[in-house]
Amino acid sequence: VRTLERTGAADGTEEPLAASDPIDDYAEEGRDWGAIGRSLAVNVALYIATVAVAMFLGGLLVLIATDASPWDVYDAMFQGSLNGGAAIGLTLDRSTPTLIVAIGALVATRASITNLGPEGQLLVGACVGTFVALNVPGPGPVAIPIVIICSALGGAVWASLAAVMRYTRGVDIVISTLLLNFVAEQIVTWSVSREYLLQEGGAGNTQSFTQSERIPGDLHLPRLGTYPGFNISTGLFVALALLAIVWVVLDRTRWGFRLKVLGQNPMTARRVGISVAVFGGGALIASGALAGAAGGVMLTGTVFRFQPAFSQGVGFEGLLCALIARRRPGWLVPVALLFGALRAGGGYLSSTGVPGYFVDIVQALIVLATLFPPLFIDLVRRRREHLRARAAAQVDHGATVAVGVAS
Amino acid sequence: MSDFSTFLGGAVRLSVPLAVAGCGEQVAERSGTLNISIEAMMLGGAFFGALGAAVTGTTVGGLAFGMAAGLVVAIVHANFSHRLTANTFVVGLTLNSLLVGLTSFLNETTDLDDHKAKVLEIPLLHRIPEIGGPVFGQRWPNYLILVVIPLSWWIVNRTRWGLELRAAGEDPQAADVTGIDVEKRRRQAIYYCGLMSGLAGALLPLLVTGNFNNNMTAGAGFLVNAAVIFGGWTLRGTMAGAALFGGAKAMYVTVQAIGWKFNPQLLIASPYLIALVTMLLLASRSKRPAALARQFERGIT
Repeated sequence: VRTLERTGAADGTEEPLAASDPIDDYAEEGRDWGAIGRSLAVNVALYIATVAVAMFLGGLLVLIATDASPWDVYDAMFQGSLNGGAAIGLTLDRSTPTLIVAIGALVATRASITNLGPEGQLLVGACVGTFVALNVPGPGPVAIPIVIICSALGGAVWASLAAVMRYTRGVDIVISTLLLNFVAEQIVTWSVSREYLLQEGGAGNTQSFTQSERIPGDLHLPRLGTYPGFNISTGLFVALALLAIVWVVLDRTRWGFRLKVLGQNPMTARRVGISVAVFGGGALIASGALAGAAGGVMLTGTVFRFQPAFSQGVGFEGLLCALIARRRPGWLVPVALLFGALRAGGGYLSSTGVPGYFVDIVQALIVLATLFPPLFIDLVRRRREHLRARAAAQVDHGATVAVGVAS
Repeated sequence: MSDFSTFLGGAVRLSVPLAVAGCGEQVAERSGTLNISIEAMMLGGAFFGALGAAVTGTTVGGLAFGMAAGLVVAIVHANFSHRLTANTFVVGLTLNSLLVGLTSFLNETTDLDDHKAKVLEIPLLHRIPEIGGPVFGQRWPNYLILVVIPLSWWIVNRTRWGLELRAAGEDPQAADVTGIDVEKRRRQAIYYCGLMSGLAGALLPLLVTGNFNNNMTAGAGFLVNAAVIFGGWTLRGTMAGAALFGGAKAMYVTVQAIGWKFNPQLLIASPYLIALVTMLLLASRSKRPAALARQFERGIT
């Protein structure tokens, strides 16, 4: 109907539209949110404001639920994570496995695959790595890479279960990887509660716990620096090397490009001959391998023995890190450092009598706070576009009515 | 009591929370949103349910507190992922770790009295040998499932809201051009899911343990997700999944009580294994909402 009326208008019965375009008026009376969203100052201010709100909420919780003062709690977290060389080293050590998991998750997100299973993949990887570390004799320089590679293989095998389920039977990856975490947890618990597998042998009268033996000192990753001063595990350099390799592969090679095509439009990918199963499954398995490698680096770098609670949420943390960084590899390092700092700071919390769970709370609140600003700017922009479109529709409608009157 | 009725009683107690949350999640998934923060909603419901029961001294108070806690988590989740368009998995994972931290933190810093709901024996029926006691002689909130299931079915299949919700899950673009606010329907579906999951969480302390334990859901929320998939996005199937997973959990408790030697890790993992195997067998047959877990973007077809 509207088209017909428009045609009528084109026949020459057209009335001049109002002199000033209401759309422009709208843009003038409000502010241009698109430009504001691009402004660095506004972005920084929003980030500072939301993180401040997150910290405030955390502080409020301390005030309400405990006898400690919020100031002391945050000060303890600062002391534990950033004050002095040893603390900074601890922060770097804590961010290392998170970063490696995040690199893997980045590969999966590049192909638009959500792998919610890094926790399980890390556990299985570390468990396999422990088995190798305890059974393969050899000098450190040879054995350590073998342990880490075997951990990666363990993680890859665990992730490949989900890949096979997806590409043969169409089982949703999100749910299968999520559920496999719980199966992995039980498998590793089983393996450290059997002496013929990984459980430590109780020497003499000592009771043996559900954990493995400590791996031999030969197999510890070398450390740089000594305790009172700045000291870190060389695992960090493994993580950075992996980041560089993955970054180059994703951004500069044909494989990386194909993954990107697959991630952005699977239909196009199929048309140009990119195998969805090979590349999608490959990305999932690669992310599992990196999660497993993270387990291997934790094992040889900081923890040295395997327990069911080995991962301490590192898998989920790394995944979150990658999901926050979205498609920008450069963001992985700062986000991983933030998570590492929170973990390192959490170790000091016990001195204030506040339960260590406080770190989880602050971390989650900060994640929500960092999600907020870009999305909020986007929301405001969409609202404005919507209002503009509505204003435009009203002009259109007005013109149609005018034409109707004229004819 | 015989071994069988021990098992049946445990199965009922453990299935009912899964079924209640399953009703909520089924509604949410029909609207096209894959909500993985059920775990968070249930944990919130469990702690605040125990808190509410201890503060008010009544079971109803506990249930109300639990539902409110689930709703608060749902409001945060829905507005982040379906107003601000954040990745729903980021929000879900974050809320899960937030609630694990928050409820454990509060549990360490507060001291709550135990509270369990009263047992309600259905006249006559509870005298049926073997099955009467475990099924008809439970604590009264168990029977809420008899309200929640028909309510959820009626909402989705017999109301205008439910129709619009299913449209948002099957073809959001078409729903959008007919004037349905897709994101709003999804948010509302998550609110409903939050109420149900909060209620389900509150049942855990009120039916089983009497008080809150750190991380007491231990993955039950994810089993609810699996139950919905197991059931092929139908309410009937979801309830069957909840009963199956609840039964598998009850096996763990019963086997210990009987004194059988059975690999405990295998028993704990069994609900997850069953979920994975059934998905493997049934995945291609079930009819998932066409737009499930896909972010709605206006005007994109």
